[in-house]
Amino acid sequence: MSEAAHHRPTGLSRWLFTTNHKDIGTMYLIFAFMMAIIGALMSLVIRAELFEPGLQLVDPNFFNQMTTVHALVMVFGFIMPAFVGLANWMIPMMIGAPDMALPRLNNWSFWLLPPAATLLIISLFVPGGGPAAGWTLYPPLSIQGGMGMDFTILTVHMLGISSILGSINIIATILNMRAPGMNLMKMPLFVWTWLITAFLLLASIPVFAGAVTMLLTDRHFGTQFFDAAGGGDPVLFQHIFWFFGHPEVYILVLPAFGVISQVIPTFARKPLFGYSSMVFATAAIAFLSFIVWAHHMYTVGMPMAGELFFMYATMLIAVPTGVKVFNWVATMWQGSMTFETPMLFAIATVFTFTMGGVTGLMLALTPVDFQYHDTYFVVAHFHYVIVGGSVLGLFTAVYYWLPKWTGHMYSEGIGKLHFWLTMIGINLTFFPQHFSGLAGMPRRIPDYALQFAEFNMWSTYGAFLAVFSQLIFFYLVWKTVKGGTKATDQVWEGAEGLEWTVPSPAPYHTFETPPKVS
Amino acid sequence: MLTTCLKRIKSTIQFLGTGLMLLPGMVLAEYALNFQAPATEIAREVFELHSLILKIVIVIFIAVFAVMFYSIFAHRKSRGHKAANFHESTTVEVIWTIIPFIILVSMAIPSTATLLKMDNTSGSEMTVKIVGYQWKWQYEYLDHDISFFSTLSTPRAQIENKEKKGENYLLEVDNHLVLPVGKKIRFVLTANDVIHAWWVPQLAIKKDAIPGYINEMWTKIDEPGIYRGQCAELCGKDHGFMPIVVEAVSQEDFNKWVSLQKDKAVSAAADSNKVWTKTALMKQGKKVYEKSCQACHGATGAGVPGAFPAITGSKIATGPVKDHLDMVMNGKAGTAMQAFKGQLSDADLAAVVTFERNGLGNKAGDIIQPSQVKALR
Ligand code: HEC
Ligand SMILES: [Cu+2]
Repeated sequence: MSEAAHHRPTGLSRWLFTTNHKDIGTMYLIFAFMMAIIGALMSLVIRAELFEPGLQLVDPNFFNQMTTVHALVMVFGFIMPAFVGLANWMIPMMIGAPDMALPRLNNWSFWLLPPAATLLIISLFVPGGGPAAGWTLYPPLSIQGGMGMDFTILTVHMLGISSILGSINIIATILNMRAPGMNLMKMPLFVWTWLITAFLLLASIPVFAGAVTMLLTDRHFGTQFFDAAGGGDPVLFQHIFWFFGHPEVYILVLPAFGVISQVIPTFARKPLFGYSSMVFATAAIAFLSFIVWAHHMYTVGMPMAGELFFMYATMLIAVPTGVKVFNWVATMWQGSMTFETPMLFAIATVFTFTMGGVTGLMLALTPVDFQYHDTYFVVAHFHYVIVGGSVLGLFTAVYYWLPKWTGHMYSEGIGKLHFWLTMIGINLTFFPQHFSGLAGMPRRIPDYALQFAEFNMWSTYGAFLAVFSQLIFFYLVWKTVKGGTKATDQVWEGAEGLEWTVPSPAPYHTFETPPKVS
Repeated sequence: MLTTCLKRIKSTIQFLGTGLMLLPGMVLAEYALNFQAPATEIAREVFELHSLILKIVIVIFIAVFAVMFYSIFAHRKSRGHKAANFHESTTVEVIWTIIPFIILVSMAIPSTATLLKMDNTSGSEMTVKIVGYQWKWQYEYLDHDISFFSTLSTPRAQIENKEKKGENYLLEVDNHLVLPVGKKIRFVLTANDVIHAWWVPQLAIKKDAIPGYINEMWTKIDEPGIYRGQCAELCGKDHGFMPIVVEAVSQEDFNKWVSLQKDKAVSAAADSNKVWTKTALMKQGKKVYEKSCQACHGATGAGVPGAFPAITGSKIATGPVKDHLDMVMNGKAGTAMQAFKGQLSDADLAAVVTFERNGLGNKAGDIIQPSQVKALR
């Protein structure tokens, strides 16, 4: 290695110009956490307004901006960057590579994020306010909005470029930089799920970019792609959007599956059950995710053949997803389990994600979906999948790898407190929403009929508990970064894999000479 | 080892299965926890399908997690359990790929059957056209030459917490969609501005109303009664405030209602032919404004900065009458300002324009007669 590669600038320029995968990973994670806070505060505005019937805090227009921007911030600002941060930190260490394949690109993909996020937040303060058409941005409603919508479109473009560059980098790294002896079917599952996720991103983000560009030209340059009066088609947007949007939900959750598949074997002290079937199941889910998009649009009035095709294809996803869940349970079976915080989060992820999974299966069935569609039942479903799957998966990952990152053990007591409060909070928030939805409460409304009052009140209490519990998490991470018991290299008794062979904290440069994998 | 494990799983499933079969039924009885009581044959079928799938997924869920929690209990290090080392079994993988697949097929069959029934609009006895507007519904009885708008009737004061909320808070409208029971009614749906969705849970029908599209659905209501629903597709600011009320009546009552509507239409036409006083126009104009314009332009005419312009001091509302009438009658394409000429009578248009010019802080001084509106049609 040359002298330059070892040069390590300090201060601001270290972070601005860094090409080190660990620094960039850290920045992604910090950025994601900040966005999570912003998104969470917006959700509290929503929940506070819905605490009881009547309009109390915000006007309906602002309410719609909150639901829209909350979703955009959480999906594009929090969860996606958080997983990219994990990928940056862990993939090189897990495959025995010295860094990412394209380090400068890596720096650029991160530094696109802060301006993009700023643009989105600023949109809330321009005349007419932020985007208020829902994160799905359906025209013609999104054509009506003020310039906040244009800000959003630009944001989406920047975030999209960042994701595409990040994906290219991840694919290049995984395909080219594995240590000798690590063939594809020996890769840790986290690496596998990210490889597949990166392909999903590459295939879907450009489609979304196309859709929002068409929106932009419809808004300002006289095209009529989505305007029926000009020969366009408003439903076309929905097809394009969900062609991106459905893979997107797997983009959010597949890396979490990867994390779970690392953590459960560690704490069960038993190898992952059905490694190759896990890989194939992930690939199958990824493939199916491209042919089920219209299950989000059963009510637009598709031809019968379309309704049936999308129903059957959607139901099929239950098969590989079920295989994954069964494999995790089988990994625990006959293990020798201990329940440190990462394991608690991993088990909770399997449990709550599966709740979202089974309601997903219910939603797949067209005739009953007519009843569930656009109600709080759907809101409950996707929060169980995204909070219960992706976000809990992220917590699992942070607790699991934090000692490797910082060199210190976190406090198990505080970790467990955080775990239980979070679990109570999110379930209190989202479980009652199944009932309000079934009983007929539409989503995206700032005020509701009296029969929905009790459950909404519960949801609001739950949301405040869930969000404020994250202060504990912040405190725990802060304290662990600052100090604590020294972590060993292996950290966890049952941990296996290359990342556990390097010292804790992981030195600035790891695997400058590739390890040998047997 | 594998067989004992499978046996254990089997008995757990049986035990939990029988217990949980009862749950959806219990849930239905007391709280607003589940679907509202179905009011048509299709709605009953959908309800049954829903209950069936709910039971299946609950049983599967409990079975899987019973195994997991048993393992969490029994296979822990603190109880001295030693880890086994198995990590692969093609047989098991094949089994848990095939069994779910079979369960899925068993769900797909009844779903397909119900879906085909819901889709079959043939043999309908009357047709109602539903048009979504920001933020109200228009109902057109194609066989009876009747057409009217239906808007939220919950008083503003209840929404703003200045008055006690009524029993049907946010689920009440000025004009009900009156339908005869026992008749197969076909609906055709479209929208004027953005996408809406027409949904009445007890009838189990929901379909998007999309500008430029005509969608179809149907219902056949069993019993007279009131069935309430809401717009189910985000359609802008007052999406939460455009409910649907269906009033199902006997054929006889329906016929009476139809002739009453005809009489009303005749007197409305008479209103448009007479000459109005300024006071009468202002009074009627205020009513129309509150119903049709206030949602965007505000109760005092101040609008919503950046989204909906103010009427107070507006160049158009204080400028030439022709431009003002043109804006209100024809709307402005690409904005939320819709064409009101198809929604309001000549008299109402004349009244609301007069009101905007002389109320809400404006003092144009002129008045507009229904005949002037008629001339512009
Ligand atoms: C769904 C929202 C909405 C409703 C309901 C609505 N308007 Fe408007 N109106 C608008 C918007 C948006 C504009 C601005 C159009 C533009 O960009 O020029 C507007 C513009 C106007 C203007 C011109 C104001 C100006 O200075 O540019 C007048 C006059 C007006 N509306 C009258 C009415 C009347 C009368 C009604 C009721 C019969 C009504 N509007 C109902 C949204 C609405
Ligand atoms: Cu609507």
